Amino acid sequence: MLHLVVCIKQVPDSREIRIDPNTNTLIRKGIPSIVNFYDLHGLEAALQIKDELGARITVVTMGPPPAEKSLKECISLGADEAVLVTDRKFAGADTLATSYVLAKTIQKVEEKWGPADMVFCGKQTLDGDTGQVGPGVACRLDLEQLTYVGDVVKVNPERKTVRVHRHLEDGIEVVETSFPVLLTALKELNKVRRASLPGMIRAARYKPIVWTTADFPDLEISKIGLKGSPTIVAKTWVPEIRKIEGEKIEGETPAEVANQLVAKLYEIS
Amino acid sequence: MSNQLPDWSNYRGVMVFVEQRESVAKPVSWQLLGAGKKLADKLEVPLMALVIGEHVENLADEAIGYGADQVYLCEGPELKDYRTRPYSRITLKLIENVKPEICLFGASATGRDLAGAIATHLPTGLTADTTELDVESHPSRLLLASRPAFSEKMMATILCKQYRPQMATARAGVFQALPRDASRTGKIIRIENPMKGEKIATQVMGFIEKQSGINLEEADIIVAGGRGLGGPEPFQMLQELADVLGGEVGASRACVDSGWIKHAHQVGQTGFTVRPKLYFAIGISGAVQHTVGMSNSDYIVAINKDPEAPIFQIAHYQIVGDLFQIVPALIDAFKQRKDQQSDPTVTLRSL
Repeated sequence: MLHLVVCIKQVPDSREIRIDPNTNTLIRKGIPSIVNFYDLHGLEAALQIKDELGARITVVTMGPPPAEKSLKECISLGADEAVLVTDRKFAGADTLATSYVLAKTIQKVEEKWGPADMVFCGKQTLDGDTGQVGPGVACRLDLEQLTYVGDVVKVNPERKTVRVHRHLEDGIEVVETSFPVLLTALKELNKVRRASLPGMIRAARYKPIVWTTADFPDLEISKIGLKGSPTIVAKTWVPEIRKIEGEKIEGETPAEVANQLVAKLYEIS
Repeated sequence: MSNQLPDWSNYRGVMVFVEQRESVAKPVSWQLLGAGKKLADKLEVPLMALVIGEHVENLADEAIGYGADQVYLCEGPELKDYRTRPYSRITLKLIENVKPEICLFGASATGRDLAGAIATHLPTGLTADTTELDVESHPSRLLLASRPAFSEKMMATILCKQYRPQMATARAGVFQALPRDASRTGKIIRIENPMKGEKIATQVMGFIEKQSGINLEEADIIVAGGRGLGGPEPFQMLQELADVLGGEVGASRACVDSGWIKHAHQVGQTGFTVRPKLYFAIGISGAVQHTVGMSNSDYIVAINKDPEAPIFQIAHYQIVGDLFQIVPALIDAFKQRKDQQSDPTVTLRSL
């Protein structure tokens, strides 16, 4: 049976984040946590393969203990097992340190449930917006790497190949590769299903598997968390708007306003 | 951790990856050479370019014209299409041999795919999607890579002190290419593909060129709509205005997320960064995540019913009013000019 691994991240719904105009800092309070929605499209792609061909799906995440909630959501949608990798020592990880821990986690998952044929990630996270963790994991596990996947055209379990459409800026690339492969999902990839009632019941009872640094005897501490992160945030600021002494265009009627604007534009050109 | 930094004095120079398809460079490549030139000059080091592909020698010459002092050129039929494995192996080997202190890639699908693999392999730090690049002079020589963060509501400056090269991807449309100087001279150095002859699992079966024909990044005039449009239908009106002006239709993220218009039209966060001559912001309030993608436009016209809308702070021409009345009036007014033989598609080009 195919083994599919899905990497997810629980993120603050950054679309809801506001800046405190007095202190120029982020207002994080009351921001809901969600599964990074690109990751859900990765999970849905795995679920569709499971529906069609049969597969075992393992979901993994690195994060604080409350991330169990997101793993349960994945179980409710149809994933078979879910693993939370959590430890204070993982905190402050940039994409390099994150891909190290996720790769180690996937290797451990493979020891338990067999080699992964396909690994799915979202194209990027809502909070980091880098798109670097997927390629990082692929590189560390020496997987074929198919990023920005907008369509999984065909999975051939006998030949162990997959054909996808990658959505690039200038068009769609049709690519075929062989397992093991890592794909990163766009939202165009599919429509994420709703949880079924049996799924919700299973999720309510399900306890995700929790691993800490103690469960990884060969983990190099220098490669995890803040210490293992080469990038440093030196400062943050709220960009100042380049204000302009603009000109108000006014008039009695819309036509008058329009004519005035057109005249101005012709004047300066 | 001690403050003592490793000795990186054998890492010198700025390298830019030139992205191409069918021997045509992506504009971001020359924009990156423009940004890289400033860094290289400040550090007093050469600017290098890396060109990989099939029949791409022309791009090596172009790269010199756009500011590169040295171009590394790797050609072969197996390199026609971008694929992670061969491209990353070539780039890695070159980085190990040449030891640049800074490497820049476009923040495109290809650039992010490649840079993500390389940074992990080296390993080193990689800053995604930068919109501002600067360096500290000798001796620190640190790359100050700044990028929008938290849904573009803030900016963050990212450093990589402990590792070399310092890597960043940079957004298309933000940096300006230098004017091409065909008389500039530089050195072209051919390099070998270390994977030549090896079987590569990933095969590109075909490429379907984008049919939409929307090209926001190179448009002189953009007519963009926001949440104030209230639904998908008013975009037809904006399209009409864009057609009269020979421009393109843009949109804020809210419209795209609501499914009113395709992502190819999105300006700002997770969309395009544009700098047209004339930008109409219609029913767009002007949140930072939008303005970060268009505030460098030469002229901005804002139409909004809310006089307090932040978009007015950056607009050269400000119209407080109902867009559903103003836009049709504008279409009429421009059409009249067209009838009077002063075609706006021609006249406004010279803004």
